Amino acid sequence: MIAEKTLVAITGAMASAHAMRQINPDVVAAYPITPQTPIMMNFAQFVADGLADTEVVTVESEHSAMSACVGAAAAGARVMTATAANGLALMHEIVYIAASTRLPMVMSIVNRALSGPINIHCDHSDTMAERDSGWIQIFCENAQEVYESTILAMKWAENEKVLLPVMVNQDGFIISHSVENVEILPDDVVKEFVGEHVPHEPLLDVEHPITYGPLDLYDYYFEHKRQQMEAMKEAEKEFPKIAAKLSAITGNEYDFIESYKLDDAEYVIVTLGSSAGTVKYVVDEMRETGKKVGLLKIRVFRPFPGKRIAEALNGKKAVAVLDRSASFGAEAPIYAEVKSALYTIKERPILQSYVYGLGGRDFTPDHAKTAFDRLMKGEFFEGEGYLGLRD
Amino acid sequence: MAKLKTWKEIPIGGLTEAGSSARFLTGSWRVERPIFDKEKCINCMLCWVVCPDMSIVVKDGKVTGMDLDYCKGCGACASICPVKAITMEPETKFQK
Repeated sequence: MIAEKTLVAITGAMASAHAMRQINPDVVAAYPITPQTPIMMNFAQFVADGLADTEVVTVESEHSAMSACVGAAAAGARVMTATAANGLALMHEIVYIAASTRLPMVMSIVNRALSGPINIHCDHSDTMAERDSGWIQIFCENAQEVYESTILAMKWAENEKVLLPVMVNQDGFIISHSVENVEILPDDVVKEFVGEHVPHEPLLDVEHPITYGPLDLYDYYFEHKRQQMEAMKEAEKEFPKIAAKLSAITGNEYDFIESYKLDDAEYVIVTLGSSAGTVKYVVDEMRETGKKVGLLKIRVFRPFPGKRIAEALNGKKAVAVLDRSASFGAEAPIYAEVKSALYTIKERPILQSYVYGLGGRDFTPDHAKTAFDRLMKGEFFEGEGYLGLRD
Repeated sequence: MAKLKTWKEIPIGGLTEAGSSARFLTGSWRVERPIFDKEKCINCMLCWVVCPDMSIVVKDGKVTGMDLDYCKGCGACASICPVKAITMEPETKFQK
């Protein structure tokens, strides 16, 4: 049954904070960094006002924040945190440890360019640097998706077959600081959806002592990595079930990918994050003049939905893949993975890579239109193209 | 050596049972061995405090020797001892 929702005008950061308040985790350890700060500021206010009874641990760095989250999760707590850019980079070492120790937690990432040169605005270089860390990665198009993805992420992380940490990505400033209409579920509905946290082998279960983080050499490390690969496969299997349960409450869909006017489209843009909203606007505009254009939005980047993407793009004429980060000396990350996914299909479309929006450079409808126009005119070139760059 | 298990047979996350390091005899790493002189010892317990491997064996409040199964030969005990009751000798001296 669709729950009765309350419509509020809030930022993406506040949408994260509301989801955290309703999930009411046992422990949140975090360190402020732009543009993540408003998430923790708002959440800490909720705790101070008695609206959540979370233990908020204000640590001295992001390395310590993730370390405290790992410790709390191993103890058996339901754990959440938030960071951005260089904060995520400072966590990097412990980010891997959280995933490999199979500690479920949810981390809001407010995507921001990694230094240097120093820049506080949106791109995906921060989260793309963690794509092999073993975390599940969800990307949000708007504040509504941020809110619902955060709730979904908690349930996904703690699934007994999964037990992996999840990053919920929102574009810095574009989503985190922009006010939108967001439909909020009743507190009790979220509480029931996430349910009671049943920790796997908690350290605080003193009747059943266990060792966390022992030395793991050439005799077993490989086996543990194989288990992590399996966990991602399980995550892929479990996601549709969890998504269906949330859909039943919200009435919204949460597939790995979202197809927008894609079925009969001949020319397609593949992207993720807030730029998907801009591309939808352009698709609508171009459809009015009879252009067969469409969008494939990637919502879940890890586990990578390669088969679904390949099926959706099979038989298309030409596809532009948009990356808000670069891989220096190699193909941009989303492009490289989409290209790889298409290897197994019969009717492969022509592919073009575009890098856009680095360091918060605006991505405008004109940029999306340029990409579509070039696809339709057959203007392709080696390597990546750039949208919004002064040539 | 026990047969190694497959990835399907071991606990996830690298978890193991508590206290498993008791089976890991780190004494084989030692290049210097602590030699304990019971006559000089005043049982101040400083060696017991500083030993990182819990290898100082104490019985009824008195040091009785070192547990060579775990002592890595770091020499902290010999260094801290105020009466020089512990001296470090090359491990090669004790090899047959």
